Amino acid sequence: MTRDVAIVAFGQSEHRRDSSEFSEVEMLMPVLHAVLGQVGLTTDQIDFTCSGSSDYLAGRAFSFTMALDGVGAWPPIAESHVEMDGAWALYEAWVKILTGEAETALVYAYGKSSPGELRDVLTRQLDPYYVAPLWPDSVSLAALQAQSLIDAGLTDERRLAAIAARYGARTGADDYVVRPLRRRDCPPIHDGAAAVVLAAGDTARRLCPRPAWIRGMDHRIEAHSLGVRDLSDSPSTRQAAERAGAFDAPVDTAELHAPFSSQEVVLRRALRLGDSVAVNPSGGALVANPVMAAGLIRLGEAAARIHRGQSQRALAHATSGPCLQQNLVAVLEAS
Amino acid sequence: MTPAPAPRALQAPLVVEFPFTRSLGPVQSAFLTGLRERTVLGVRCHDGRVLVPPVEYDPVTAEELRELVEVAPTGTVTSWAWNPEPRQQQPLDRPFAWVLVRLDGADTAMLHAMDAPDAEGVHTGMRVRIRWAADRTGAITDIACFEPDEGGAARREPRAFDGRFADPVSGIVAPARLDYTYSPGQAQSRYLAALAERRTIGERCPACRKVYVPPRGACPTCGVATAEQVEVGPRGTVTTYCVVNIKAKNLDIEVPYVYAHIALDGADLALHGRIGGIPYDQVRMGLRVEAVWTEGGRYPDHYRPTGEPDADYDSYKELL
Ligand SMILES: [Zn+2]
Repeated sequence: MTRDVAIVAFGQSEHRRDSSEFSEVEMLMPVLHAVLGQVGLTTDQIDFTCSGSSDYLAGRAFSFTMALDGVGAWPPIAESHVEMDGAWALYEAWVKILTGEAETALVYAYGKSSPGELRDVLTRQLDPYYVAPLWPDSVSLAALQAQSLIDAGLTDERRLAAIAARYGARTGADDYVVRPLRRRDCPPIHDGAAAVVLAAGDTARRLCPRPAWIRGMDHRIEAHSLGVRDLSDSPSTRQAAERAGAFDAPVDTAELHAPFSSQEVVLRRALRLGDSVAVNPSGGALVANPVMAAGLIRLGEAAARIHRGQSQRALAHATSGPCLQQNLVAVLEAS
Repeated sequence: MTPAPAPRALQAPLVVEFPFTRSLGPVQSAFLTGLRERTVLGVRCHDGRVLVPPVEYDPVTAEELRELVEVAPTGTVTSWAWNPEPRQQQPLDRPFAWVLVRLDGADTAMLHAMDAPDAEGVHTGMRVRIRWAADRTGAITDIACFEPDEGGAARREPRAFDGRFADPVSGIVAPARLDYTYSPGQAQSRYLAALAERRTIGERCPACRKVYVPPRGACPTCGVATAEQVEVGPRGTVTTYCVVNIKAKNLDIEVPYVYAHIALDGADLALHGRIGGIPYDQVRMGLRVEAVWTEGGRYPDHYRPTGEPDADYDSYKELL
């Protein structure tokens, strides 16, 4: 790796349960303008644009093309899209800059879950032969994972409640959504958007007084059949972290994409995070969960801590799919 | 025209529904055909493990897997979750447990539902058996669900299986339906609300001054919000067109007919519309047209000639 690449700006929308007053591009555009404004760039100064979103949330084919209006995509720009969380769009943009084909990149992600029933929509990403015909919803699958953790002695409902309480949930009586997960263990469902700007070397130093340098980034995936996996562990997270260099030196901050309280237990173990690490100082996905952007937000929040001088070395994690199916780990440093 | 206060954004139900038709590989075909015949098959990996449900390739080494074995319809719960409010398309319509079950003879677990009276009776390690569906077609839903099996505990070794059934299934049809409430946002709501009043409203880019019709909320060249509403038309110019010769399903329009790009006067983007009131072979670029509204219609039914002289090519050449 011969080039240094940094996150130089991060912005996000207010995340709301229902944003039906606005189209996707109307929700996204203020975030794009804010993030470009932070570094004084206009869209025509961006070499590469990459986005993450899902047609299944919108219920429309090629829904991302409408959002492209917001970046001034005509006449045609160098642009790409992943039908994934924006963290994977960031990965693609990082690779693009590493190849030397771009000096700057704009990465954004957005999702409006409010038009549909997210728990049903997410079943459509599952194995279409053996699993999707049963319509197992996202909370139910996370609950199976939580029970695996409880059976393995790695957590219990009291300790899960303590995790949720750290993010502001009340302890005490709370209904099960799908046992053993209670309402406080499950994420809110939000509409929202996020964006970051990446830049290489001296360009990054010029744009940002404290760039968040990407020292390593990798993503790995589990076997796709749930019954083949040990749901209480996340070898793919561990492997991605190893390859990203996360274990080479201690981190002071970790932004974990754990939409369910139980998934934080899995990730803390896989990433060997001790008590000295500030985990999700931003509040995490248990508080703000705009689907398709929530992973990119973890990278953005970790970078913003470095921008503000609150972190020297941070780990950021994003996940996709049922029960932490696919995991991305990035290591960011202030110098 | 001054910016209009935004009307409440419109909403409409949107149903996305289609049957996915999927072909099966040899291992998947044997497994699903087996379910139809009340026989559960797994596949043996090169390391000796038996995967149920079986896959075509080893999840670790990606080697091709073809050695089928028969396992028991009984097994042990390896994890569970109590679902108090089943969702519409899930296997049971009363509270049930999701279970991962390792069938006797298998080394991996399969996901399905289990019928049980309440959560208190469900635990990891409990013995369960398959309840077969009455009508079986060669699909994962041929297993209606699992049910508790207090009696048996016999762990059985898998038996070799030649994988041959009469009339094997070669594919599945998986129907899927998702219900949405579509909302087009501010700009398109303003456009649609004005159309219902027989006015066509574009929106002007504050940077390049272009007027977009229909507006989508942003200028795709400048990447900024279009906020200023501009009434355009009602007349316009055909900038280009095609002749449609094939009748679309459920469309009550005689072919051939002309579908055209129409630049309404004052607009910097052409919209689409059907041309009527003139024989199809007399439509031409530059033809001047106007919208025709039908009683109660919320948008123009078609466009017809105004009788004006044709527009100069130079006046619309940027709007093809
Ligand atoms: Zn413009």
